[in-house]
Amino acid sequence: MDKKKPKKVFVQGAIAPEKIAQSIASHQSKTNIGAHSIFLGQIRADEVEGKTVSAIDYSAYEEMAENVFHEIREVAFSKFDITCAHIYHSLGRVNTGELCLFVFTSSAHRKIAIEACNYFVEEIKSKVPIFGKEIFEDETHQWKMNK
Amino acid sequence: MKVTIKYFGMIAETANKTEEVLDVAQGLWAMELKDMQIKKYGIPDPEAVQLAINRDLISEVELKEGDEVAFLPPFAGG
Repeated sequence: MDKKKPKKVFVQGAIAPEKIAQSIASHQSKTNIGAHSIFLGQIRADEVEGKTVSAIDYSAYEEMAENVFHEIREVAFSKFDITCAHIYHSLGRVNTGELCLFVFTSSAHRKIAIEACNYFVEEIKSKVPIFGKEIFEDETHQWKMNK
Repeated sequence: MKVTIKYFGMIAETANKTEEVLDVAQGLWAMELKDMQIKKYGIPDPEAVQLAINRDLISEVELKEGDEVAFLPPFAGG
């Protein structure tokens, strides 16, 4: 059920820390779950040639990205015995110290939840058409590239 | 035949546009279109540019009327 529903992944701006607490709270009624794994991506104040990153402005090929997110979910649910999985990714400007990615996987046991969470993060980073403009304190910018 | 081209991230910035509709020759291959646009706008690091045709990450394909061709710079999610 949970895995069949098309999910809205993108949120405008930073992901509020309260969202994480709410997500945990909303799973307390699902008593077949024994473990959650959470990954939070946070904007780092990288230094490049003496300038410091103050924010990342995210954009995406949204229609394709939604399809890819869906495919990643389908594969994850076939590979791992997870109860549910939730992904949220920011679009637009996210300042350093704020959250841009929230992956939340749940399972009966810890190993599966952790492995599935890692799987989602790696797949998202390599396969989803999301682009990031690193904005420096002087408002100049460079384009981010995942390694 | 007409194809819609979408540009993203650094490529959109270099081309100074996010979308255009081009009238191209019948039988044009996606890779040929890629070369054309890279030359036209001077898009840097062409090897890092991936194409998506109708939202699928493929480029070894002959284009058809109405196709949506996206020029994608390196991904940076997360």
